[in-house]
Amino acid sequence: MNTREVSAAATSGVLSGGLIIGAIKTSGIKYVLSVPDITTSSGLLAPIAQDKDLRLIRVCKEDECIGIASALSYCDERALILIQHTGFLDSINAIRGVAVEYKQPICMMVGLLQHDPQLAPRASPRYGVRIMEPILDDMGIAHHLISIDADVAKIQPAIDRAYAESAPVAFLIGRSPT
Amino acid sequence: MMKRDECFRVLARHITDQAVVATYSSAVDWVEIAPRVLNYTSIGAMGLDSSHGLGLALGRPDKRVVVLQGDGSLLMNLGSLVTIAAVAPKNLVHLVAQNETYEANGSHPIPSPKVDFAGLARAAGYAAVYDFADLGIFTQQVAHVLEQDGPVFATLHIEPSKPLTYDYPSLYDPAKRKAFKAAWRARGG
Repeated sequence: MNTREVSAAATSGVLSGGLIIGAIKTSGIKYVLSVPDITTSSGLLAPIAQDKDLRLIRVCKEDECIGIASALSYCDERALILIQHTGFLDSINAIRGVAVEYKQPICMMVGLLQHDPQLAPRASPRYGVRIMEPILDDMGIAHHLISIDADVAKIQPAIDRAYAESAPVAFLIGRSPT
Repeated sequence: MMKRDECFRVLARHITDQAVVATYSSAVDWVEIAPRVLNYTSIGAMGLDSSHGLGLALGRPDKRVVVLQGDGSLLMNLGSLVTIAAVAPKNLVHLVAQNETYEANGSHPIPSPKVDFAGLARAAGYAAVYDFADLGIFTQQVAHVLEQDGPVFATLHIEPSKPLTYDYPSLYDPAKRKAFKAAWRARGG
């Protein structure tokens, strides 16, 4: 697919927060580590905060999540980092050191702030969104765009792979889940 | 004012099966004094020591975790004080060696030598907070510091040490990370 195009389904689709949370739980995630992101605020973070099966750890700055998630993996506990793409960019050095160089299973769900789901992220007029996939590619981090319900099926296999291979993965949330 | 290595020799007498997260200058002194499989010296980015410690404490509430962090490192992750206090792991002891310098990066001063780290930890909400500048008092109280319900915080006021040799390949050895994980996982089943 051309990087400037997205599928018809993506342009007209919806993204269910409940489906994503179901996939998170099915993946064996016990901890969600988060700094709030307006893209995922009401559709993901708010219901996660009420979910008795998930333990939400609210942190002050996104790079804290990288250390916490890595250490939890030493305890055989799975964690998901729920942040905004600005927080990802702010945490690049921690991700470089822990996730990439130490090859740790760091699973990140990253809201693309103010992204237009009718565009591919690489075609976004917003610089911060546009550079996300190229940065992930350069760092060798597997990534998946989650924009419609059909994309949610990518989550569990990718998290299982991250822990099996001890490697990071990023899910880019392309529209606000409802 | 204390010397870090003297402080750590006292601390080492009380360390059994705890995980000890130590980095940079603290790690150099600590692994020389107490080489052991449950030393966790790979944090990946300066400042993350306290966050790794929180993760270990959360994941193994049946075990105790001791973080040996430098003052420059904590300054890079001050928010972790608030996060740790909010999560409130009873099994976490957070010791900060305050020598007022970025010792591993040329011994340049931290922005202000007057920072009251114990005061910051107290304001963040740690369960217990100490401030040690005398080795005799530290020696008397260290067992209680390590055993009480946390999160516990203590500043260790230390002198800048003699020049250290930073053997980063050894501190960050993947084989040591693997051995730590096996040992940490095994204990307590």
